[in-house]
Amino acid sequence: MSSDAEAIDGGRRHFLLVATTVTGLAGAALTAVPFLASWKPSARAQALGAPVDADISKIEAGSFIKVNWRGQAVYIVRRTPEMIAKLKTPEVTGNLRDPESNESEQPAYAKNDVRALKPEFLVLLGVCTHLGCAPMGRFQPQDAELGATWPGGFYCPCHGSKFDLAGRVFKDVPAPLNLRIPPYRFLNDGVVQIGADTGAAA
Amino acid sequence: MSASIQNPPAAKTRSGALMEWVHARAPRLRRFTKEHLTEYYAPKNFNFWYYFGSLAMLVLVLQIVTGIFLTMNYKPSATEAFASVEYIMRDVDWGWLIRYMHSTGASAFFIVVYLHMFRGLLYGSHKNPRELVWIFGMLIYLCLMAEAFMGYLLPWGNMSYWGAQVIVSLFGAIPGIGEALVEWIRGDYYISDITLNRFFALHVIALPIALLGLVVAHLLALHEVGSNNPDGIDIKKVKGPDGHPVDGIPFHPYYTVKDLVGVVVFAALFASVVFFAPEMGGYFLEHANFEVADPLKTPEHIAPVWYFTPFYAILRAVPNKLLGVALMGLAVVSFFFLPWLDRSKVRSVRYRGWLYKGFLTAFAISFIALGYLGLMPATPAYTNAARIFAVIYFLFFFLMPWYTRIDQTKPVPDRVTYHAH
Repeated sequence: MSSDAEAIDGGRRHFLLVATTVTGLAGAALTAVPFLASWKPSARAQALGAPVDADISKIEAGSFIKVNWRGQAVYIVRRTPEMIAKLKTPEVTGNLRDPESNESEQPAYAKNDVRALKPEFLVLLGVCTHLGCAPMGRFQPQDAELGATWPGGFYCPCHGSKFDLAGRVFKDVPAPLNLRIPPYRFLNDGVVQIGADTGAAA
Repeated sequence: MSASIQNPPAAKTRSGALMEWVHARAPRLRRFTKEHLTEYYAPKNFNFWYYFGSLAMLVLVLQIVTGIFLTMNYKPSATEAFASVEYIMRDVDWGWLIRYMHSTGASAFFIVVYLHMFRGLLYGSHKNPRELVWIFGMLIYLCLMAEAFMGYLLPWGNMSYWGAQVIVSLFGAIPGIGEALVEWIRGDYYISDITLNRFFALHVIALPIALLGLVVAHLLALHEVGSNNPDGIDIKKVKGPDGHPVDGIPFHPYYTVKDLVGVVVFAALFASVVFFAPEMGGYFLEHANFEVADPLKTPEHIAPVWYFTPFYAILRAVPNKLLGVALMGLAVVSFFFLPWLDRSKVRSVRYRGWLYKGFLTAFAISFIALGYLGLMPATPAYTNAARIFAVIYFLFFFLMPWYTRIDQTKPVPDRVTYHAH
């Protein structure tokens, strides 16, 4: 065998090493795609996210009901005129993190000072914007636990976040944003449909 | 007969002959036994704190065995999971015992691991040359946290449900991709049957395999550099005429026998909990979990199981979502950097000055205090206390390069402190 045949071609080895490594890694990455994608919500899970109807005619003024939509609680509050009036007072608006709901998530028709289509009915997701617990209704002002300045609203038991009666978040709590408002519409005076809003502004 | 396998010399007994037969065909087996047991020379001055490594292995085996038997009756589906756990508790012969061993084992695992980690901080086991041992150990700890968290969802109680909801939502704090990531982890728009099923797969297959692999890596890395000891002395520096460290003794039989005593004491304590207080007053099994998962109703007072509460208290103490999650993550990740944050010339606390002793004491107190506060409701007074302890917790790490360097250390002797019994 000639010495020429035993000489190592470094450039060729380097090229083959890089070429096979890159090809191998690309193949591994492509193979990973189906496995990672299998973790996304399946077609069945997506189909189950259909709109639901809620009967709101029997809600007493000053109380609320919970409706299950996509496995999440939707709160529907029937607000009293006093509650609505209080939303606009400086003792509430002055202590809010996002009073105009500029950074928060809601349909355009709910981006107003009562965060609702009809001021009387507040529809929102009962999912704290901090870490997803269900906030509790603490509608009575001057709550024993929440202090003499408490104007009434929602309180999250997990990490102490507070929201007013329009789901707007107060300052100095862990939740960063106002409670989210799902798309909804009034089918008639007594029924609200959650998850759909085509032909809204009832 | 093959030339590579020599016929063994005639052994005196049949079992001896069998061993010779095996060793002739697997010569590495004998070498492995020597390297890791009969000729692994461990320092002779191990004390109480050195029980917890072997106990952690024992608990791992316990969890795997009880876990395998639980899967034989458990059903990982949202409609059946809660009832199948009740079925195990009431109808399966000894099912209650197997389940209580598994649930108590989870808490026992964290108790021994926290004591094992504290031992490292006491005697400088994270320092050069054991950085890799420490890193593998921390990876085991992370894996264990994931394992415990996913296992906690499986009974599908209301605390399982909302605990998972909160912890999965932590990833939502990551800017930009957060919400999509949370949806990908859950595989649904909420914690559902789909989430339960995948957590089950991770809990019983993926994470245990990772855990076992990491334990092997942890031990191999340890046996490469040798065990540290309460004096933090390198025993390989002083060797006898036989080439073995003068201050070392073979792990087997000396430490296997010693650890066996630890196992007996541990088993007695473990059994007392399993038989007399399996719920541990709501700390090992939370009361809200005796109610089936309800996606519409958060339990009045939500808290993770005790072993996560120090980090949970830090999360709650920060009035900002992203920062809270980031600091909580940092509280765990900080441990990884310990080998490089610690600039002390000596390893063991025995030869360190009052600065390290003071900081370590303050850290231990903060960790326990945060653990307590994480179990309590988030009232303003408790939140402020959590803030103070969180600051102390982080100062332990952040100021470490400074106080370990200027600390007044004592001279380290050449030989270990040892009093013959």
